[in-house]
Order: sequence, then C-alpha cells, then structure tokens
Amino acid sequence: MPITRDEVAHLARLSRLALGDDELDHFAAQLDVIISAVARVQEVAAEDIPATSHALPLTNVFRPDEVRPCLTADQALAGAPAAEGDRFRVPRILEEES
Amino acid sequence: MSLTRMTAAELGELIASGETSAVEVAQAHLDRIAAVDGQVKAFLHVDPDTTLEQARGVDARRAAGEELGPLAGVPIAHKDVFTTKDMPTTAASKILEGWLPPYDATVTARLRAAGMVILGKTNMDEFAMGSSTENSAFGPSRNPWDLTRVPGGSSGGSSAAVAAYEAPLATGTDTGGSIRQPAAVTGLIGMKPTYGGSSRYGLIAFASSLDTPGPLARTVLDAALLQEAFSGHDPMDSTSIDEPVPSIVAAARNGDVAGLRVGVVREFDGEGYQPGVLARFREAVELLESLGAKVIEVSCPNFTYALPAYYLIAPSECSSNLARFDAMRYGLRVGDDGTRSAEEVMALTRAEGFGAEVKRRMMLGTYALSSGYYDAYYGKAQQVRTLIARDFDAAFEQVDVLVSPTTPTSAFELGERADDPVAMYLADLCTIPSNLAGNAAISVPCGLADEDGLPVGLQIMAPVLADDRVYRVGAAVESALADRWGGPLLAKAPEL
Repeated sequence: MPITRDEVAHLARLSRLALGDDELDHFAAQLDVIISAVARVQEVAAEDIPATSHALPLTNVFRPDEVRPCLTADQALAGAPAAEGDRFRVPRILEEES
Repeated sequence: MSLTRMTAAELGELIASGETSAVEVAQAHLDRIAAVDGQVKAFLHVDPDTTLEQARGVDARRAAGEELGPLAGVPIAHKDVFTTKDMPTTAASKILEGWLPPYDATVTARLRAAGMVILGKTNMDEFAMGSSTENSAFGPSRNPWDLTRVPGGSSGGSSAAVAAYEAPLATGTDTGGSIRQPAAVTGLIGMKPTYGGSSRYGLIAFASSLDTPGPLARTVLDAALLQEAFSGHDPMDSTSIDEPVPSIVAAARNGDVAGLRVGVVREFDGEGYQPGVLARFREAVELLESLGAKVIEVSCPNFTYALPAYYLIAPSECSSNLARFDAMRYGLRVGDDGTRSAEEVMALTRAEGFGAEVKRRMMLGTYALSSGYYDAYYGKAQQVRTLIARDFDAAFEQVDVLVSPTTPTSAFELGERADDPVAMYLADLCTIPSNLAGNAAISVPCGLADEDGLPVGLQIMAPVLADDRVYRVGAAVESALADRWGGPLLAKAPEL
C-alpha cells in the first residue's frame, strides 16, 4: 500500500482542504489505486535522461519595462468576498497574542 | 437551408453579402438553444440581450464600412474557462459561481475583434479536469447522438453545442485531449494547436505547460478559420510563440495527401480498444493510402508511459495553480464568522467549493511534489516527457504525420466511469503524447462504430508548428469521406 490514510490527511492539510472522515477514507482508497497506476513511470530506465518541464525551449522572456493600463482598485475588488476601503478584507492571519 | 445548419464559412459569406445579418444569425441560434438546450445542457450561461447587442455592434461596424474578417457576425459558443467581462466565468466550479471577470482573455478579445458573436459560456469538467463533463459542479452535458451518453470532456459543453447545431463553432482547451476527445465522440473536428500558438492569457489555468486553446467545428475549414482568428503571438503570455506560422486556412482549403508519408503508431492498438473504433481507424488508413499516401507502421515505445506521466505532471501543476483560490480576493468564502483564522476559512472554502476530481488531483500533485517522493514521481514523469518528445522526433524523421484513433472507445454512458478515476483517465490514452511534446494534433470524424452507431475520431499528429499539415490531411480525409457518405457524418445524427 503506497499511501496511508494519515498521509492523505497530511496532503489534505497541505492542500488547504478541510476534509471529513468519510472523504478521507474515500480519497485514500482512490489515491492508492491512482498512485499504483502512475508509479509505472518508474519502470523507465532514465538515469541520464534530462527532465522536460516545458515543451518549448524557452528560458527568459523579457518585455519592455513600460507602464501599461491595469485594473483600477474598484475593478480588482469587484469580485472580493469582502472589501474595506481600497483593500481586501480577510480573516485574521496572525494568532492573537496570549 | 436553415441558418443553424450552415457552416461558419457559409454564414460569414452570407452575412458579408448582406443577404442576412449578424442579428438574424444570432437570433436563429438563440432560438435553437432555447429549443434544445434543455435536453443537451451544453450551456452554463446564455444571455440573449448581451448576444444580440454584440450582433448589432457587428452589423453597425459593417454598415460603417469597416473591413471585417471572414467570421464577422458568426456566432460562437465559448468555453467557460476563458474570462469574459460581460458574462460570468466559472470554470464549472462552485468556487467561482457568479464571478464576473474584470477583464477579457486574449482569445475572447480576439473573437470580439474578429466580429464574432458570443452566444454564451459552455459547460465543462470543473477546471477542465475530466473527460465527460460529469465533473461539472452544475451537472453534465449530453451527447446529441445519444442523450444517455457523455459528450466527452473537458470541452464537452462545446462539443455538445456544435453537434446539436446550437452554434457553428466553439472554443475549447486541450490539456490532455480535452478538445480532441469530445470532438471525436460527437462527430466533430477538434484541433489542439501547437503549444504556444494560442494565448493562455485569461484562460483559467489547470496545467500551464500543457493548456492549449483550440477550435471545435463541423468542418475542417471552419476549425482553421477559428484557429486563425484567435491565434498568434500575445505579449501577455510569455510562452506564446513569436514566429510566423504557415497558413492553416490555405491548408484546410487544399486537402491533399499524395506522396505524404503517414505513420501508424503501433502502440495505440490492442487491449482496451473497442473493435468498432479500430475497424473505422483501419479503414481511414486504407483511405489515406488510396488517396496516394505512403503508409508505414511506426513504433513510439515510450507512448505507453504517457498516461502515467501526464497524471503526475498535470496534477502537480494544478496543485500549484489552484492555490490561487484562497477565498480572499474573488470567488466563494465559507465559514468567516469572525472566530476562524484565514487558514481555516481557506480550507473550509476549498473543501466546499471544489469537486471530488479537483481535490483528488490537488492531493495527488501535492504528493508527487513532496520531498521524498519528488524524484520517484514528478522527476521520473519529466524524464518520460523527454523520451516522448524523442519518440516524436524519431518518428517525424521517417514520416510527415502520425495517425491513431483519437480515443480507445466511442462515447461511454453517463455514470459509467464517474467514480472510477483510472477508467476515466484511459479516455485520454492516445491524445496525451501531443500535449507532453507540445505538437499539433487534430481529430476528424472517420465513421460510426458498428457496436453502438456512435462516432469515431481519427487523430492526425504533426510536428511542432506544422499545424498546417494536420489541416491538409484532415481536409483530404473529410472530403473523401463526404463523397463516400454523401455528406458529413453529423448528418447521420438523430434529430433532437
């Protein structure tokens, strides 16, 4: 068994997914099957084969450093779940000091 | 002939001649949508007022003497993964339900510049992850050939809309086959352009090194006209190719395979392939030979590892890309009751806002990228990607194009694979190599499978930037088969 339920709970936490117990069980079984299937890539003897991260042989792409039109604050905030003034309003980020 | 049965090229000419108007054509398609979309469920959003306003704008531009392109006034169904500032954009996810983007995708902007009229936004698998539209948060679309079957995916709303004559053209995106597979199972043309040939700016990202916008159409020429209208270099997408490309429209008008070297991929055959699909595929190969092509068998041994490599690379990229859905800047926010931290709100929102397949892929990608597993999974998959590109390079030294069935089976039943992710992934078996290598590939209809009477697709693959070549071959196949059938394959579909 390549993946345990505890590992799936860890992956869910890293992925910022608050999953219930039932979901964790369900996903653990499915991910186990999927990981066994994709592990076939390890059959390929590829010691000295370079990795490809991208189909195009691009390195750095530059553009002129010019000011261009962009969204206004109002436009950028238009889809926000909560806003205040010219800012996104978010739940607390830091733990309160004890 | 009714306006909704005409090709995009015909509609463009008819509108340009003044015999009809963009408004009339748009209205005819809106009427068709009103009549059949209750069954087909191709669209997530239709807004006749906005559509007719666009159409009036095009008619006014023409009346003012503006020089307009061949698709001016032609309506289009637009996949709901491209941002549109006048229509909500959701990627078929609850996490974006009702979101109105503040900007247009480059593809959207170019459709508008070409004078095309957007009929609405089409259904898809959530964030383009799937092969059936069953992963849409808003319910699946149906295959117009058989309403109990899937229309393919992820661009399944787009394929359903065009096959049901709700639109002459549609946009799609292809990350692992998401244009070619839905086109194949609905009897349409579906094209994955060379990666970088069409802009990803404003396309909601799934796997950035693979995502490619492309056309779905009822004819090869229509697909080429649409691809030409929205393609070309875009400074807003740093992976967009800044080089001249051969004319695909000219190629689509000049179908010819005389003397062409065609390679049949040996690995795409055998177990898991439906006999009726293989039978139609072999006939298509014989047809190419009868038209003067030289057919040889080619081996691409690493293609058998493309599927597992893809299901490591694409989930890895998605686990990073979908981090942007953080419940802070746009979209859904759940559980913000003043007591919870930002991290807790984020995790609650994402658990509620994402569907099962998206969650699976994010966790799979997080796993593949974890320290301790990276080399064995993501690292190996990237090496396989190199080997697949080398297989293509070696094959294209011997032949001009490669061919295979587009999909191993015809359209499957709704629900048949919905809770079996690995079975669902097999739908992309033949399409994935071209995503990993970035080359051009098209699916054209090549007949109906004997078992179920459903469409079969022929996939034609060409090297990077040789998009014109697949159009030339596709047009030759289309024309020869239309002669044999006495019309297009889609004419055999049942009336809705």
